[in-house]
Amino acid sequence: MAEIQPAGSNRVGDRLRRAIESDIWFSFTRSPVTMLSAAVTAIAFLAALFAPWIAPHDPFDLASIDLLDASLPPAWMTDGDPRFLLGTDDQGRDVFSTIMFGARISLVVGFASVLFSLVLGVGLGLVSGYAGGRLDAFIMRVADVQLSFPAILIALLIDGVARSVLPRDHHDELAFYVLVFAIGVSGWVQYARTVRGSTLVEKNKEYVQAARVIGIRRSTILLRHILPNVTGPVLVIATIHLAVAIITEATLSFLGVGVPPTTPSLGTLIRVGNDFLFSGDWWITIFPGLALVVLVLAVNLLGDWLRDALNPKLR
Amino acid sequence: MPAFLLRRFLQSIVVMLTVALIAFGLFRYVGDPINNLVGQDTTLEERDELRERLGLNDAFIVQFGRFVRDVSIGEFGFSYQHRRPVRELVAERLPATLELSLVSALLALLVGAPMGVYTALRRRGFVSRGFMTLSLIGISLPTFLIGILLILFFGVILRWLPTFGRGEVVALGWWTTGFLTASGLKSLVMPSITLALFQMTLIMRLIRAEMLEVLRTDFIKFAHARGLPARSVHFRHALKNTMVPVITITGLQLGSIIAFAIITESVFQWPGMGLLFIQAIGEVDIPVMAAYLVLIAFFFVAINLVVDVLYFVVDPRLRADKATANGQ
Amino acid sequence: MAHLEIRNLRVEFPSRRGRVVAVDDVSLAVEPGDILGVVGESGAGKSTVGNAVIGLLEPPGEMSAGEVHLAGRRIDNLPDSEKRKLRGKRIGMIFQDPLTSLNPLQTIERQLVETIDLHLSTGEAAARRRAVDLLRQVGIPEPGLRVKQYPHQFSGGMRQRVVIALAVCAEPDVIIADEPTTALDVSIQAQILDLMRTLCRERDVAMLIITHDMGVIADITDRVAVMYRGRLVEQGATERILGSPDHAYTRSLVAAVPRPDVKLIRFPLVTYIEDANETPRNIDISRHWLGEARDFGGAAGGPLVSLDSLHMRFVTRRSVFRRNRAYLDAVKDVSFDIGEGEVFGLVGESGSGKSTVARMICGLHVPVAGAIRFAGTDLTALRREADLDPFRRQMQMIFQDPFSSLNPRMRVLDIVAEPIRFHRLAGSRREVERIVSDLLEQVGLGAHAANRYPHEFSGGQRQRISIARALATRPRFLICDEPTSSLDVSIQAQVLNLLKDLQELLGLTMLFISHDLPVIRQMCDRVGVMLAGRLCEVKETEALFENPEHDYTRHLLGLMPRLTGLSRQGLELADRR
Repeated sequence: MAEIQPAGSNRVGDRLRRAIESDIWFSFTRSPVTMLSAAVTAIAFLAALFAPWIAPHDPFDLASIDLLDASLPPAWMTDGDPRFLLGTDDQGRDVFSTIMFGARISLVVGFASVLFSLVLGVGLGLVSGYAGGRLDAFIMRVADVQLSFPAILIALLIDGVARSVLPRDHHDELAFYVLVFAIGVSGWVQYARTVRGSTLVEKNKEYVQAARVIGIRRSTILLRHILPNVTGPVLVIATIHLAVAIITEATLSFLGVGVPPTTPSLGTLIRVGNDFLFSGDWWITIFPGLALVVLVLAVNLLGDWLRDALNPKLR
Repeated sequence: MPAFLLRRFLQSIVVMLTVALIAFGLFRYVGDPINNLVGQDTTLEERDELRERLGLNDAFIVQFGRFVRDVSIGEFGFSYQHRRPVRELVAERLPATLELSLVSALLALLVGAPMGVYTALRRRGFVSRGFMTLSLIGISLPTFLIGILLILFFGVILRWLPTFGRGEVVALGWWTTGFLTASGLKSLVMPSITLALFQMTLIMRLIRAEMLEVLRTDFIKFAHARGLPARSVHFRHALKNTMVPVITITGLQLGSIIAFAIITESVFQWPGMGLLFIQAIGEVDIPVMAAYLVLIAFFFVAINLVVDVLYFVVDPRLRADKATANGQ
Repeated sequence: MAHLEIRNLRVEFPSRRGRVVAVDDVSLAVEPGDILGVVGESGAGKSTVGNAVIGLLEPPGEMSAGEVHLAGRRIDNLPDSEKRKLRGKRIGMIFQDPLTSLNPLQTIERQLVETIDLHLSTGEAAARRRAVDLLRQVGIPEPGLRVKQYPHQFSGGMRQRVVIALAVCAEPDVIIADEPTTALDVSIQAQILDLMRTLCRERDVAMLIITHDMGVIADITDRVAVMYRGRLVEQGATERILGSPDHAYTRSLVAAVPRPDVKLIRFPLVTYIEDANETPRNIDISRHWLGEARDFGGAAGGPLVSLDSLHMRFVTRRSVFRRNRAYLDAVKDVSFDIGEGEVFGLVGESGSGKSTVARMICGLHVPVAGAIRFAGTDLTALRREADLDPFRRQMQMIFQDPFSSLNPRMRVLDIVAEPIRFHRLAGSRREVERIVSDLLEQVGLGAHAANRYPHEFSGGQRQRISIARALATRPRFLICDEPTSSLDVSIQAQVLNLLKDLQELLGLTMLFISHDLPVIRQMCDRVGVMLAGRLCEVKETEALFENPEHDYTRHLLGLMPRLTGLSRQGLELADRR
């Protein structure tokens, strides 16, 4: 019995070893596409996070903007200016920098909405699945009704209603919160349904019954026993939902009901640039669009891989 | 059998009433209806009188009842923005949206479904992997961006296709159609592809996932073990069993095409209901918003009912008399 | 000439940690009209043999050596299209679970007609007539009517008959049945085995039955092949193998099968298997935490547990209207007592309500009517959680499924410590950890198990963890709900021995629930027999087995596998009372 050791020691090391030996890590290292998309996602996150410090220009500093630089094409084209890699917009702002700042807004809105949906959905799903009965029936009916309408429409409606209820002067300040709320509310159903489904399965498993026989209280069973066992699918949904939330935000901003033009997200940039498409200044709208697609695609690829990795029978 | 459908029908009515309640809440309490009807110089007395005459002082339930009655005969009041009956506006815009949605739905279904089946059966094939990669790009491309890219290539650079509007339309009674003129058909190409692409990839991925799920079941294994040819196992046994979930999902997707039309219409300046709605949101034109909400809900509920009927046709377990379900 | 002959079969599964050999050097032969059983415990590779014969190995498995001959012709190297034509036509297959083996969206007729027409080219009309005929032959009443129905309208046993009809519809020469009765109740199981035997004899079919169940082997097979870890250890006539096995593994396997005919003191152990060492470092109970506080007081002399007219009903269909609701009365008017230190058995088929009784006692279900008295206190009268806690500490439960009864996200330490922490049975963290180590030692796992997670253990080891968790409240009353029915026989013997030892050591009172009569005979002092929610007979165990009174008890005892020819070497017989 040489390996007897005080229980509880070396937990971190243990976890790390388990992680590296796990099949998930193995499948990660075996998939170049996944590693590439992880890298792209990481770069996008870092670029967005540190935009104020690493962006070549500050598009919101009016002093540094010169209207004479307006509508310059990308640097490699004939009229390009090496200072502006991807060209400038109609007001002389560096497109590359606005993309970095725009991605920052897109990601913040995306993460905040996912977090909102996740907390709401997982909470309701757990309660619904464990309590059952009328409460469950009610929550699931609401979910059914909401699910029969596309998320984008729900978000649009919430956004529209919020706009008509809130005072007009505060629209721009509140736009961010309204947007997060709208996208967040439109996305909770998926989490709730999945978590409810898993909870129904888990609560009938014998380890939960064993806990009940011991006398453990409901709330403790939910949080300590059931919650950790339903997180796998939630992680997958959250990843894919992040991509959807970023697209939804971009779409709403594109439709003019998202974040205000003073703090443009990628969607706003595309909307603004769209007006110059016909005059030939394609770079103002295409590059932000490209950035959006690459970001969303990378996140989607990660989500896809994660789903397969957590569900080995699919391979 | 009728019990199941009757229950679903009652549920649909409850959904419609709930949506009507939201629409009514918008209509009645968001923004003062009186302010939107009268000018600045109307006196308080005149306002009160108008309020009384319009029944705005009645009990909530009476007002709501009246609203439901009006809505059910298509009466949505006046648009604040356009100063015209909402009913007229909608009737003008409805054909454009329905024609666009119909073409897109057919496109999405007829291309997406076979691709889904194919990728499930030839899971490791080269073409399947290609489709899967394309589909991932498909769901990563926001609808509006697809529209913009199409406009850039086929409208601005190549100048092959018109970039906005419906082209020439022919009036058939109150319905206007773009199917009968060359310019109408040409105008339809880019918007319908834009609208269909996202749904197409979704339908393909969902059918593939369901099909793979069914292919793993015991009865498929047993069918193979009885020596049934692969074609029969795949199409007669597997495909039909994927139908139940696929019908649900496809139904939902077709519904969402009408909703996603908002984006496409706004990119292509397509004179449909979605464009009307997005403008209404911008202008806080409540009656139009309420009307759109109710109408869209009606489409969704109708599609869901059709889906339920289809379930019934496909799955004998729903048809079964419960008493014999576990009998010996 | 043998219908089916397998020569030196080897099947490998490539995996990221190298190639796993599932079957190695297996040679078998089955004659027409003969039933060969392939027996082995889980992971022995017996199902893989069946799948390899019909060419339907689960990917990425592959046959890397050996030959399969059907009536003298080699078939394993045929192209896929040729192999497919043999399936169903020459080789029929029957799978374990009848509930999932049939296409739910097609009538029985369509599934039969499709297969018949494909293989016999009879045309639609003739195929239909034959379908009805077949259903009659496999014993389905009113075949003309039933053939038009869908699978969900048949019960489990009837569906397995349909599956058999599908397997024999094209008059195959060979039938491979993979655990054909495992998912069925004992009475249905006997009928299906009868049917299979009749079909085999009448049609002169060579039958290969793959099973883990010695009862099935003894009941139906002519010859038996024993597999262990992918290899064939022994084969021969069934009587000879069961009566006087040669190989050490077969010997210990046969010895570990619970005996229906005599009562033993302990189960013989399968010494051949690794990790079967059963040498727990037993702790001195009189000076240990586990032995403390065993003086519970309460009603001395009376029964510890007393059930009085217990009734339980489940709602099977909800409705707003009372008359549309449907109920299932799972337990009706059940009363019995369990004395202090007694092991009381509850036996019955699935759906008889035996588990529901256990669940009501430990508070997982609330009875509709009746009283549950524990040491004199009526538990059904206690409504507040806190009032129930002292009783929960005194009664614990061990569940059936070792794979779902432990939370996969918790370490063994936390699993076993949870009851100690909840009921505050130990002072410091250090003490809790020491107690957990001791408990793990006591159940034969070793203290080092504490830092690992449940998935790192086998089924039998997990069941030991469950037992350690149940002991961690220092219980007085232990409920065991089919504690070994999902374990292999060799592991079952170890776990049952452990339970016996603990019961004696701690003087536990036990409620032992099982559908397996031989296990009940070995474990219990008194037995109650349940049928459709009612208790039909309660008796001393030996008396019940020797002269049952109730018709149903006699029926159940009649269904017990006739394992009379089992070797008796090395058994310690218990004294007859």
